[in-house]
Amino acid sequence: MRRLWLFLMVLLAFPAQASEIIGALSQNRVSLTASFSGSEILIFGAVRRETPQEATDNPSGQGFDVIVVVEGPRQSVTVWRKERWGGIWMNVASARMVSIPSFYAVASTRPLERILSPEADAEFRISTPQAIRADLTSDTALFAEALMRIRERASQYLTLGRYVHVDRDILFRTVVQLPANLTEGAYVTRMYLIEEGTVVSQYRTAIFVRKDGIERWLHQLAYDQPFLYGLLALAIALVAGWGAAALVQVIRER
Amino acid sequence: MLIYLPIAEVSVDALLLLGIGAGVGMLSGLFGVGGGFLITPLLFFIGVPPAVAVATGANQVVASSISGVMAHLKRRTVDLRMGSILLAGGLIGSSLGIFVFRWLTRLGQVDLAVQLAYVVFLGIVGALMLQESVRAWARTRNPAAPRRKLHQHNWVHALPLKMKFRVSGLYISVIPPMLVGAGVGLLSAVMGVGGGFIMVPAMIYLLGMPTKVVVGTSLFQIIFTTAFTTVAHAVTSHSVDILLASVLILGGVFGAQLGTQLGARLRGEHLRILLALLVLAVCAKVAMDLLITPDEAYSIRVAGRH
Repeated sequence: MRRLWLFLMVLLAFPAQASEIIGALSQNRVSLTASFSGSEILIFGAVRRETPQEATDNPSGQGFDVIVVVEGPRQSVTVWRKERWGGIWMNVASARMVSIPSFYAVASTRPLERILSPEADAEFRISTPQAIRADLTSDTALFAEALMRIRERASQYLTLGRYVHVDRDILFRTVVQLPANLTEGAYVTRMYLIEEGTVVSQYRTAIFVRKDGIERWLHQLAYDQPFLYGLLALAIALVAGWGAAALVQVIRER
Repeated sequence: MLIYLPIAEVSVDALLLLGIGAGVGMLSGLFGVGGGFLITPLLFFIGVPPAVAVATGANQVVASSISGVMAHLKRRTVDLRMGSILLAGGLIGSSLGIFVFRWLTRLGQVDLAVQLAYVVFLGIVGALMLQESVRAWARTRNPAAPRRKLHQHNWVHALPLKMKFRVSGLYISVIPPMLVGAGVGLLSAVMGVGGGFIMVPAMIYLLGMPTKVVVGTSLFQIIFTTAFTTVAHAVTSHSVDILLASVLILGGVFGAQLGTQLGARLRGEHLRILLALLVLAVCAKVAMDLLITPDEAYSIRVAGRH
């Protein structure tokens, strides 16, 4: 809340000119530790408008909309399709897609298709199909659709219409739930101010997700010193196996 | 209680993992098998990526086999010479298996290959074991029936490079044990199992080893093959999850105690019948997954991850 006040003060200090959006996060660092089970991020901010209180086809009263996007690190993925082959289901076809977000959440004041023109969507790549650069007319369309379907089911891709709340025509806030199965990296967070179907202002920040504690140490060891890591795995097995046998011996002799 | 696994990059219930470890450990103490053939499919089932499940399964088998061998060494039921020959073959097979595994991963067919291997080998072994143990059980109820010979002389005994195996009381060529070791090593790398369930029948029926030294010797060589497999997977595909392995091992250690105590109260033939039924049940489950139309025909594989 203290940060929010700070923002309001910054906002008031702005020279009055074009419409502007500015925002912040309840936390910009997420640690993946052994007990990590997902995290809720509060994203909030304020809007300053050039010509406030104009005509309103908007039931919520204000003449603008806000879209908040959280995008996880991009990866290359291969999507496989199974088909029945000699009675058995096996992978037969695949499509490789580069630069696919590992996590993607779009929250908005109203459903996207009602507030954003297709042109603006294509330019700023806001909706999920735009974010994965799916060409829904080509023969890889089925694979792109499957990718979105699977990730939506796993709550890795979220489309949250009517999820951004606006207070007093100036403040907005939303909550995005990061799932337990997170990938490390920077989660770019973008906030868009939308007027008449197009983006008039945007603000970018990021949430840094990284492994911490023993998770970080193990992951780094596994990739930097794989041989040593393998030996460590064996040492644990050896101690546990030997220990168990010795324990049984002690119990038997008593 | 959720626990985030650093290599698998998934969150799973730690109590569930402990339960799996304990359950499989119990069966392993009860039947004298490593339990890899149960752990790996169970890990698939709770959402651990296949490559991580296979590599970590091998690591878990190292611990349970060491624990088992210690007991057998005390009873002098380990044929170290035979074990070493099997091991030499095993290392060759397991290096080959690592390459096969990487090649299949690239083709996108690793899940299918692992599942098919499970169906074929568990099916054959389970059926043979069930038939043999039911017959043995019938014999104990009707002692008048004619006994089978301890082992028959077959083509195995006609091969060159013969060697004496004192503990097993055998004088046979080193070629068949090498081949058995290599075959099991290959499976161990591809399926994430120790291979005891194949090794034990092969030693009894193919090599003609006496039953009392079979389990200890098989466990002895499994330690080294799975240890090699663990390190090889760690180096080639970074897919061993130590945290996952530790939780499974912890559960397994306590489960094995329970299993051993329970095993002392059951009769040998009954144990073998139960194990055969368990093997066949796992086989049927995996086969069903291949035959039934999946809910989702598509799957996602992230490059550079498992």
